Amino acid sequence: MMLAAFRSLFFACLALFALGVPSVPAVHPDEVLDDPALEARARALSAELRCLVCQNQSIDDSDAPLAKDLRVLVRERLEAGDSDDEIIAFVVSRYGEFVLLKPRFTPQTWVLWLAAPLLLILAICGILYGYVRRATASTAPEALTESEKAHLTRLLEEDAAKDGDKP
Amino acid sequence: MIAETGHYALILALGVAIVQMVLPIIGTRFNDPRLAAVSVPAAQLQFILIGIAFAALTVAYVTSDFSVLNVWQNSHSAKPMIYKISGVWGNHEGSMVLWVLILALFGAAVATFGSNLPRRLRANVLAVQGSIAVAFLLFIVMTSNPFLRVDPAPFDGNGLNPVLQDPALAIHPPFLYVGYVGFSMAFSFAVAALIDGRIDAAWARWVRPWTLAAWMFLTLGIALGSWWAYYELGWGGFWFWDPVENASFMPWLAGTALLHSALVMEKRDALKVWTILLAIITFSLSLMGAFLVRSGVLTSVHAFAVDPARGVFILGIMAVFIGGSFALFAWRAPLLSQGGLFAPISREGALVFNNLLLTVSCAAVFVGTLYPLALEAVTGEKISVGAPFFNLTFVPLVIPLLLAVPFGPLLAWKRGDLLAVAQRLTVAAVVSLFAIIVALAMYQSGPWLAPLGIGLGFWLIVGAATEIATRSKLFQASWQESWRRMQNLPRASYGTALAHAGVGVMVLGLVATTAWRSERIEALAPGGTVDIAGYTLTFKGVKEGQGPNYKELVGVFDVTRGGQPVTTLIPSKRSYAVENSATTEAGIYNAWGGDLYVVLGDPLKDGAHTVRVYFNPLVRLIWLGPLLMFIGGGVSLTDRRLRVGAPKRAKQKSEPVMAPGK
Repeated sequence: MMLAAFRSLFFACLALFALGVPSVPAVHPDEVLDDPALEARARALSAELRCLVCQNQSIDDSDAPLAKDLRVLVRERLEAGDSDDEIIAFVVSRYGEFVLLKPRFTPQTWVLWLAAPLLLILAICGILYGYVRRATASTAPEALTESEKAHLTRLLEEDAAKDGDKP
Repeated sequence: MIAETGHYALILALGVAIVQMVLPIIGTRFNDPRLAAVSVPAAQLQFILIGIAFAALTVAYVTSDFSVLNVWQNSHSAKPMIYKISGVWGNHEGSMVLWVLILALFGAAVATFGSNLPRRLRANVLAVQGSIAVAFLLFIVMTSNPFLRVDPAPFDGNGLNPVLQDPALAIHPPFLYVGYVGFSMAFSFAVAALIDGRIDAAWARWVRPWTLAAWMFLTLGIALGSWWAYYELGWGGFWFWDPVENASFMPWLAGTALLHSALVMEKRDALKVWTILLAIITFSLSLMGAFLVRSGVLTSVHAFAVDPARGVFILGIMAVFIGGSFALFAWRAPLLSQGGLFAPISREGALVFNNLLLTVSCAAVFVGTLYPLALEAVTGEKISVGAPFFNLTFVPLVIPLLLAVPFGPLLAWKRGDLLAVAQRLTVAAVVSLFAIIVALAMYQSGPWLAPLGIGLGFWLIVGAATEIATRSKLFQASWQESWRRMQNLPRASYGTALAHAGVGVMVLGLVATTAWRSERIEALAPGGTVDIAGYTLTFKGVKEGQGPNYKELVGVFDVTRGGQPVTTLIPSKRSYAVENSATTEAGIYNAWGGDLYVVLGDPLKDGAHTVRVYFNPLVRLIWLGPLLMFIGGGVSLTDRRLRVGAPKRAKQKSEPVMAPGK
C-alpha cells in the first residue's frame, strides 16, 4: 500500500541527496535532459505535479499530451536555471493550486496537514489520561453477579449438551 | 418473464426485510420469544429471495436479453461468457444487487449457524442486519432498479468497458463486497449489544470470526484490484492513492484495528467500549466507500448535483446508520463496564499501540481523501491531494507500527517484559541487519531508505517466525519436544504468524519495486534491442490478431539472458469496436527476481514503435504478502476456538498428548 510512498520518497531522496543517480531515461526518449542531475530534479518535480486531464495521476506517470507538455515545460525551466520552488510557483501561476499533488501549507490546508498529527497527539493524551485515571482509581475488575454466574453455567451446559448431541 | 420474477422477488425481499427489522425488536423488547424467533426464517427467506433476483439478473445477462435496460447498457452478445457473468456486477445496479445478496448471505449464516448465540442477541443482530437490508433494497427499488425493460428491445447491447473485461477484475468486486458487507456483521453485533446495554468477552468471540472473514476477503479484494492495475493500466503502477482505492483502504485499516481490539476484548475483557466504537466506525467507512464510489461525488462535487437522486439516497442511508449508531453509542456506551486492567507494557498495551496507529493512519487517509471535496463544496476552490501528501502523513505512522509488530505476540498479557522479548528478537534483528548490509552492498545507487525498508521486511518475517519458535521452545528443548509443542500450538498462532509474515513479504516487494525499478523507454524499429536488468529484448515486429470481441496489434519481443533464449513476450494494443475504446495489454515475464514488463507504445515512422520496458524487482511479493495474510486469516478461522458453531475448546486440550518415543 505504500508504493506511492516509497516511490516519491525515492525521488525525493534522489533530489535531496543526489546519491549516485541511476541512469533512468525520461518518460519519452526525446524528452530526456542531457544533465542527469537536472533530469533527476525534473522527475522529482514531475511526480508532484498533477496531470490536469487525468484521474489522480502525476505528469510523470501519465501518457496524456497535456502531461507531456507540462513535462517539457518543467525541463525548459530547469534548463533556464530556475530553482525547484520557482518552477512550482510558475506552474501554479499558470494552472492554479489544483496542479499540486502535495498541497502547500496555507491557511486553507492547515486542517488537511495538521489533522492527523493533532489526532495522534490527542489520542496519546487520551490513552495516558485514561491509564493514569484507572491506575489511581485502582478498581478491581467487577466479579460476575450470582445471576450472571448461574446464567453462564446454564449456557455452558446447554452448549455442552448440544455438542454431545451432534454426531 | 424471468426479469419480472427477479423484480418480484426483490420487492418481496424488501417486505421480508421489513418484517426482519421490526418483529424481532418488538419481541426482545416485550420478551416475546416467538416474535424474536421470526428473525431466523425471515433472514433465511430474505436470502433465498435475493438469490432468486440475482439469479434472474444473471440469466438475463447470460442469455443477452437486451429487452432488459441494464443488460442492454452493459453487455453485448459477442462478449465471452465469463464477462457476460461478471457484467452482472460490472455496473451500478447489478453491483448493488450483489451487495444485498452478500448482506443477506451473512444474515442467513447467522440465522442458520448461530444456534449457540443467546436468543436475544441473535434476534437483535438479525433485526439490525434487516434494517441495513431494508435501506439498500429500498435504494435499489427506488433509484437503481436493474430489472427495467426497454421496448422495443434493441438488437444488441452497448458492451462492457473493455478495461473491466479481465479475469482479476471479474472476481475483484465480489471479494471486496464480502469484505465491506462482512463488516456489517460486526456493526450489527455492536448495535445489538448497545440496544441490550450489555456486552462480554463471549460477544467478542462471536464477532471475531465474522470480522476476520470479512477482513480476509477485503485484503484479497484490494490486492486483486492492485494486481489488476499493475498489469492492465500499462505502466506497472499498483497503488495510486486514488479516492476509490482509499475508499476500500479505510475500512481495511479500521477493520484491521477491530480485529486486534476484539482480541483484547475476548482474552482480557478490556477495551469493550472502544471495540464497539471501532465496529461502528469500520462499517461506517464501508458505507462511506459505497457513497464515494456510487454517488459520482468523486469525479466532481458538481457531478453529484447533476444526478443527485442516488447520492442523496446513500447520503441519507449513511446519515441514518452512522448518526443513529453514534447516537446510540453516546447514549448506551456508559452502561458498559470497563474490565481487565493492564500495564502499559503488555500484550494489551501493544494492541492499544496497534489500534492507535491504525486508526490515526486511517484518519490521515480519511482527511486526505475528503478534504478536497469539503474544501470545494465550501469555498469552491479546487486542490489536489495525491501520493506525495500520503507519503508524508501516512507512511510515518505506519513505520513505527510495523517495527512494533513482532513485539506484540511475544509480550505476555497483563504485564510484559520488554527486555526479555527484545532478547528473543535478537535473531530477527541480526537477520534484518544482515539484510540491510546485503542490500547496501547490492545497490549502492538508490535511496538510503530502501535498504532500511528491506531490513524492516525481514524483521517482520523473522519476527513472525520467532513467535512460533519461542512458543515451541525451538532450539531450547529437544527436537521431539519442540515438534510436539508445534503440533499443539493453536492454529490461531500460526494464522497470526502467517499474516504478520505476509506484511513483511509485502513490505519487501513494495520497497524493492519502488526503489530499484528500472525502465527503458525507446523508439524501436524491428530488429532493435533493449538491455535491461541482464535481459536483452529484441523487437521482432508487429502482427495483427483477432480476439472474440476485439482486434489487436501484437508486438513480438524475443527475450534472452546471457545469450540464452528466455521467453517471447507479446504485449498488445486491443481495440474494442463495440465499446469504441482500446486497452493496453502488457507483456510480462515473471521470474523470482522480478517482472520484466513490456508495453507496446504508439507507432512511429518506418514500422518503429515507442516501447516501454520495465524491470520491477520482487514485485510479485506485493501480492504474495496479502495472499499470505488471507491464508493466515483462514488458518486462524479454523482454530477451534473461533470456528463458527464450536462452543468451546472441548476435550482436546485436557487429553494428554503422547510424546513420541515413549
